[in-house]
Amino acid sequence: MLNYDIVVIGGGPAGMAAALKAKECGVDSILILERAETLGGILEQCIHTGFGLHYFGEELSGPEYADRFISLVDEQKIEYKTDTMALEITENNVVYAVNKTDGLLEIQSKAVILAMGCRERPRGALNIAGSRASGVMSAGTAQKYVNIDGYMPGKKVVILGSGDIGLIMARRMTLEGAEVKVVCELMPYSSGLTRNIVQCLDDFNIPLRLSCTVIGIHGKDRVEGVTIANVDENRRPIPGTEEYIECDTLLLSVGLIPENELTRAVGIELDPVTSGAVVDENRETSHNGVFACGNVLHVHDLVDYVTLESQTAGEGAARYVLGGNNEPEYITTKGVNGVRYIVPQKVNIKNDGDVKLYFRVGQVYKNAKTVVKYNGEEIISKKRPRLAPGEMESVIIKNDMLKGFAEGGIIEISVEE
Amino acid sequence: MNYDVAVIGAGVIGSLIARELSRYDVSVALVEKCNDMAMATSKANSAIVHAGFDAKPGSMKAKMNVEGTALMPALCKDLSVPFKPVGSLVVAFSDEEMVTLHELLERGKGNGVPGLEIYDVEKLREEEPFISEEAKGALWAPSAGIVCPYELTIAAVENAVVNGTEFIRNFEVNKIDFADGIFTLSNGESEINAKYVVNAAGVFCDEIAALIGDDSICTMPRKGEYMLCDKSIGHLANHTIFQCPSKMGKGILVTPTVDGNLLIGPSALDIEDKTDVTTTAGTLADVLTAAKRSVPCLTTREVITSFAGLRAHCTRDDFIIEPSEKNAQFINVAGIESPGLSSAPAIGLYVKDMLIKELGAAEKADFKSEREEPVRFRHMSNEERKAIIAKNPAYGRIICRCETITEGEILDAIHAPAGARDVDGVKRRTRAGMGRCQGGFCGSKVVELLARELGVEINEITKCGGNSKILYDRTK
Repeated sequence: MLNYDIVVIGGGPAGMAAALKAKECGVDSILILERAETLGGILEQCIHTGFGLHYFGEELSGPEYADRFISLVDEQKIEYKTDTMALEITENNVVYAVNKTDGLLEIQSKAVILAMGCRERPRGALNIAGSRASGVMSAGTAQKYVNIDGYMPGKKVVILGSGDIGLIMARRMTLEGAEVKVVCELMPYSSGLTRNIVQCLDDFNIPLRLSCTVIGIHGKDRVEGVTIANVDENRRPIPGTEEYIECDTLLLSVGLIPENELTRAVGIELDPVTSGAVVDENRETSHNGVFACGNVLHVHDLVDYVTLESQTAGEGAARYVLGGNNEPEYITTKGVNGVRYIVPQKVNIKNDGDVKLYFRVGQVYKNAKTVVKYNGEEIISKKRPRLAPGEMESVIIKNDMLKGFAEGGIIEISVEE
Repeated sequence: MNYDVAVIGAGVIGSLIARELSRYDVSVALVEKCNDMAMATSKANSAIVHAGFDAKPGSMKAKMNVEGTALMPALCKDLSVPFKPVGSLVVAFSDEEMVTLHELLERGKGNGVPGLEIYDVEKLREEEPFISEEAKGALWAPSAGIVCPYELTIAAVENAVVNGTEFIRNFEVNKIDFADGIFTLSNGESEINAKYVVNAAGVFCDEIAALIGDDSICTMPRKGEYMLCDKSIGHLANHTIFQCPSKMGKGILVTPTVDGNLLIGPSALDIEDKTDVTTTAGTLADVLTAAKRSVPCLTTREVITSFAGLRAHCTRDDFIIEPSEKNAQFINVAGIESPGLSSAPAIGLYVKDMLIKELGAAEKADFKSEREEPVRFRHMSNEERKAIIAKNPAYGRIICRCETITEGEILDAIHAPAGARDVDGVKRRTRAGMGRCQGGFCGSKVVELLARELGVEINEITKCGGNSKILYDRTK
């Protein structure tokens, strides 16, 4: 059995930032487990730029952003094992993992940081009718084929879903000589970042069809075309609007799901809206000493926010390991009236810093207000010219405000038009 | 090449016939038009081993079903294929349907089905807590079970190949000549000679028979659409839950699978196109509505994939297992619709008996009846895992995260007798890509492994043979 103070599961941006912060806070015995061949996570295949604007004040590519952290991990001599898959976390924070060189690893840790990221929703989850021909894949899988393996997964492409990966891949496939015929979005708005719609679609004259979906996939062996149709306000296809589009590839960018199989197996409480763990402001889960951060906790739109959140988790895990946590007194947070979720879901009012609450709205709002209430009483209000589901919002609860709260209180955030 | 017997079609029927023949001193070619076995009906059906109360007494269906079901557990054990004797329930929703249950009970007794019993609603609810409030009672059949149909087919072929059968893929028979007591099967490029031909071509049985001028078979594909749900709702059915049968089949069922998922379906629609396995939104919605009649809490939220399969329905409305009227050396095994999977072990024996009597061959002394159990890392204890990785480190590298499938298992699948040649072949043999992400992560790794092991470029690897390529040219 190996022994570490902190085991970090996942060596992407979340895991690396959490490990570095924990190290900075004085924990030396840290091990990162990464299932891919290298550290860096999904950033390694995101060769476009746009990363780091908030955190570094520079525009970096995904691998460049990851490299800065990989270098720091090396500099700080934080141990890591790549090509290593965590299989199980036990009640007592023993982590079982496996790789080719060590075989089955049994690692006793004081704290565990979950940073496994997320996966893409597959076709099956959408139940799109038609054939099961080759040529239907998630946008992220296509991104790997193009950017890592160097092969084109198709030439005439339809993309379903205007999430950021879908938008990025529309541009990427176009630059590689493919014809992207249309990007269809089920909702009346795109869930991608505005800058990606402009830079990846508008600049390349790729049409974005809102309130539109793919209702049929055609082709025996390889996709030969898809049928798209407009949808009504209940997202049901409108008869008579069907349109056949010839293509050899359908890329899906229809949502991301936090990968919480390990989390679920150890019995950690999950938030049904985020599909991630329920956490406090240190990102500690319902299981003592287990923390979560990054896309495994809730899906972020910018890696910069992943980094910041993971530093919070790293600091929390370090404090847990080094001792000094007092008995917490929690208040809970709750998104209402247009706010889908808030992370963290609970806050320890004995915390001695400010607490930043991240939240997401359920639809597009123009000239609205976000209102924070404590036990029904308005405490903060912010005017927002535009709110969209694709862009995460945040609000800071100052420590002096926190000190005035009492255990069991409720913070609610809502949208008011 | 010259063989004693050529079996056309490597579905579960053809494969088990070949496997039974491989016990004897005869040379057998198993000829398949696709890139792998189990590529049609055998990979897309209800995966049920029926007790045998549905079929008309005295029919081939009734005889083969009851015999096949009795043989299934031991066969699955020999071939290391998962079989679960979960039993089945036919649920009645009205007093009239309760009468039907009693008719089925009597018919089942006549067919020799063991252990049939009528459950009242209390007993039914005890067995199936999620059953509809509307249910009135059920017919309980303890001998029914569930099996993985493509795994059974793959295992049968592997075992047949180990015992000397030749598995010939990508050979679409489009011409059959007969001269001097020998058939010559041709695909337009090469030829296979055989003294006997077994026509086990599923929905294409009529077309294969027509190649020797036998027009007695008329196959009408009957499409069934299914939805497969995540393991997280696998507990909604403990047994295979049927509704009362109709003229078109056994109706919509809700059943656990051997892998712990929940399967619902099938619809039943007679179609023209024998290659049409597309799903349709309307039919899938109907399937769900019908399934909810049995288990009301089902939703589409947990659906991980949907698929369609074709039943090889014949106008004669019974299994046709007999020499062709045109040529006694040509055995038709046609119209094997439900309960075809359940009957497959018995059909294998029956056809073997017919041929061995003609060929007069002796049993081989060195026949290996058992197929070695494939490594299943996900089912191993930690001690077993340590040991297997120590033996071969490839078992220490997880390729499919959702189903915990290792590189070692994928290499085994590729290098098995009659091993995998495409991504779906790896998937059916190992479950890599069958989990929640449906190959999103592991798909590209499986492509890499296939290319490496088969010694080809990665853009030559297909999803399921033919033109189902995955990658085109290199990027700029």
